[in-house]
Amino acid sequence: MSDRTPNQKAWWLVLPVVVLVAFNAVVPLMTVVNYSVQETFGDNVFFFEGVKWFREVLHSERFRLSLQRQLLFTGLVLAIQLPLGVAIALAMPRKGPWVSVNLVLMAMPLLIPWNVVGAMWNILALPDIGLLGHTLNHLGFDYNYTRQPVAAWATLVAMDVWHWTSLVVLLAYAGLSAIPDAYYQAARIDGASGWAVFRFIQLPKMKRVLTIAVLLRFMDSFNIYTEPIVLTGGGPGNATTLLSIDLVKVALGQFDLGPAAAMSLVYFLIILLLSWVFYTTMTKGEVQ
Amino acid sequence: MARIRLQHLRHRYRTEAGGEGDWALKQLDLEWAEGSANALLGPSGCGKTTLLNIISGLLRPTEGTVRFGEQDVTALPPDARNIAQVFQFPVVYDTMSVYDNLAFPLRNRGLGRAAVHERVREIAALLDLQELLPQRAAGLTADGKQKISLGRGLVRADVNAILFDEPLTVIDPHLKWRLRSKLKELHQRLRTTMIYVTHDQTEALTFADQVVVMNEGQVLQSGTPVELFERPRHTFVGHFIGSPGMNLLPATWEAGAARFDGLPVDCLPPRQPPRAGARLELGVRPEFVRFAADGIPVQVTKISDAGRHRVVETRHGETVIRLLVNEGEAVPAERAHLRFDPAHTQLFADGWTTAAGPGGAP
Amino acid sequence: MRRVAWLVPALYILFVLAPIYWLLNMSFKNTNEILGSFTLWPRDFTLENYRKIFTDPTWYGGYLNSLAYVAMNTVLSVVVSLPAAYAFSRYRFLGDKHLFFWLLTNRMAPAAVFALPFFQLYSAIGLFDTRLAVALAHCLFNIPLAVWILEGFMSGVPKELDETAFVDGYPFWRFFLRIFLPTIRSGIGVAAFFCFMFSWVELLLAKTLTSVDAKPIAATMTRTASTSGYELGLLAAAGALTIVPGAFVIYFVRNYIAKGFALGRV
Repeated sequence: MSDRTPNQKAWWLVLPVVVLVAFNAVVPLMTVVNYSVQETFGDNVFFFEGVKWFREVLHSERFRLSLQRQLLFTGLVLAIQLPLGVAIALAMPRKGPWVSVNLVLMAMPLLIPWNVVGAMWNILALPDIGLLGHTLNHLGFDYNYTRQPVAAWATLVAMDVWHWTSLVVLLAYAGLSAIPDAYYQAARIDGASGWAVFRFIQLPKMKRVLTIAVLLRFMDSFNIYTEPIVLTGGGPGNATTLLSIDLVKVALGQFDLGPAAAMSLVYFLIILLLSWVFYTTMTKGEVQ
Repeated sequence: MARIRLQHLRHRYRTEAGGEGDWALKQLDLEWAEGSANALLGPSGCGKTTLLNIISGLLRPTEGTVRFGEQDVTALPPDARNIAQVFQFPVVYDTMSVYDNLAFPLRNRGLGRAAVHERVREIAALLDLQELLPQRAAGLTADGKQKISLGRGLVRADVNAILFDEPLTVIDPHLKWRLRSKLKELHQRLRTTMIYVTHDQTEALTFADQVVVMNEGQVLQSGTPVELFERPRHTFVGHFIGSPGMNLLPATWEAGAARFDGLPVDCLPPRQPPRAGARLELGVRPEFVRFAADGIPVQVTKISDAGRHRVVETRHGETVIRLLVNEGEAVPAERAHLRFDPAHTQLFADGWTTAAGPGGAP
Repeated sequence: MRRVAWLVPALYILFVLAPIYWLLNMSFKNTNEILGSFTLWPRDFTLENYRKIFTDPTWYGGYLNSLAYVAMNTVLSVVVSLPAAYAFSRYRFLGDKHLFFWLLTNRMAPAAVFALPFFQLYSAIGLFDTRLAVALAHCLFNIPLAVWILEGFMSGVPKELDETAFVDGYPFWRFFLRIFLPTIRSGIGVAAFFCFMFSWVELLLAKTLTSVDAKPIAATMTRTASTSGYELGLLAAAGALTIVPGAFVIYFVRNYIAKGFALGRV
């Protein structure tokens, strides 16, 4: 992005994108903001309450606990999926008959609707009738994710790794394919070792793609709702009640749209802030 | 440093037998002297990059051998051949400094710090990169990056040959000549065998001592720039080199003389009479055509200014004949006669010259 | 190290296949058997679940509807994102960095937040219960994704390629289509696949914006989960079948994703 030429006419190239996205984004956002600063007693009558809901949300113990659980989940998931995804992408062949097989294989977990993913793993991990649960208990582990928080967490993380690592793999793989052969040729002529090729050619050239992968996984894991709700329902107890799940509970459980809307906005702002932090740190080297 | 020899080389990309048209490189034998500056000249798709890749080891030829000196390197991979290659787009290690880029090949071969330092400084001085050494390679301009690519090749003392694949493509036009002179200077200093692939005749003719002209997978002529200019062995060479290129007139062979539209034209005598049914053409460069009192009658159709001389376009029937006229010389208004210099006029049969001489294909 | 290196992908492949095998396993059983016992192979192998899907119009109709809006959305998203990504990659203009980041922010809120407002918006413009509505609604998150991915790949192509082509006299559109796009093949392939995938699996908005005419598999699938208490076998079969179109898509773009470009002639 560094050596770009100034050209205001570029706005024409960007216009269709802006129109389509803004159309979908601006109106609903206004609605949410609107609700977040009002209180209702029903009958579509709203009272402006200012920041009352925001203050309530930020001070609530419940919110803070959900946030902690969410941060832990996202942290674990990012720490596993990123290195694993890159490693798999490096190992996948780029030529020959196995290319299609590998690609289709990687694509499969991503294509299953998220509620089916949750249901699949729900059964899969059941101690008596599921492949995973049965095998683990057979091997001597005392495993029951419906009752043990740690088991629930492990299953949740395993499910997410199974589901989403492929995203990182496909992005990294495409990024690797985009490296022109000339670089590898030059490296061979220069006598570079495999590790040097990874460190000086592959990793730097994958930087942008990896930034996208980090941001996507961060945002999607922070927003995750369907899979955990079908898998554990947020339990046992509150053990796996992540932010989204808690948000919906709050929204459904109350008459006021206010707290839920406020919570959504706070939630959104957290994601926004953290994404921005990720984005600026990872693209720091490029601004000139 | 080595003499490079290609023997009985043929290459095709598909593995099953097809027809003659399958061969990306048709039968060729070439030799490049040790320490020579050479060019491979030809239009896009003529096979010159294929040939370069065979020399560098990135491609294995279907038939034939590649020798460096006495060693048969046909089966050796690029890193075992001790060659350096500069690509069309600069290939540098973005995250490293210029110094580290140049030091990289040496460090990989286990050279000590002092030796690396000395060698890098030497090459950097040669390429005018000294001030840029501590900078990150990613921040340089295109010509700076190409110099780094070149430097990485030069930094190894045991390089057999340096191969250039259209290296000036991405360089700013006003910097091209600088890099070109730098390459020529480098060759004179280091006397390394250099092979320069390009489709630009100016680059080829100014850089190389020996130029190989290719088209459609075939080597048409190999010779010095002067030879190629004055004695093209093939109509393509005549046409491709020179600006404007050689004039080609449809010809016939009657009663022991070449004729254009019935008019006899003096040319270099053919080794033997052309075979019946061959497509005959008379070729003469605009530089060797003169207005005269008598000769071939033509109509003057266009005059363009080309700096120190003017290009005059004339017509005889359907055929266009161009000639060069010095500034200040008069150009007849409408009708005129042309004479060709017999020593520089050749009769071509099916594209190949009929005149005797060295430096061409059969 | 080299020797053991293949172990990681091999184990991972097993890890990916096991639950899929389990899914297939479930799809050939009836719900009672699934919940009643642990069997690696169906004791009473049944094709009933698949039969139901292929014969019940709400099911296969749902697949067709989904395929329709997903295809529309994928094509629209990629086509519109290409020039925008080029602009972000090659030019500096007023507000460019903010615009770029703003695009991403549209993926930051959970879809649930947009459900009700979208329902109101699309009803207001008369597009409720159309495939077009879902295709347009999915642009919210797919276009930013496509722009970001494509921009990333475009920025990896040296700007000299553009300049050389212009010096050689190529008009912009010819350069863009004949020279530039082939060099970012892998980016296009992966962006197209991801747009397809994210639109394909999106259930909430697809369900909210449709009712009868354009009902996607989403609706039928979530219905299975609530009404007749969890028809697991049916859900499993439906889930297994959702893999198929996507598998085709990635198979078709495999040459885009896997092959890069040789820094070749302009």
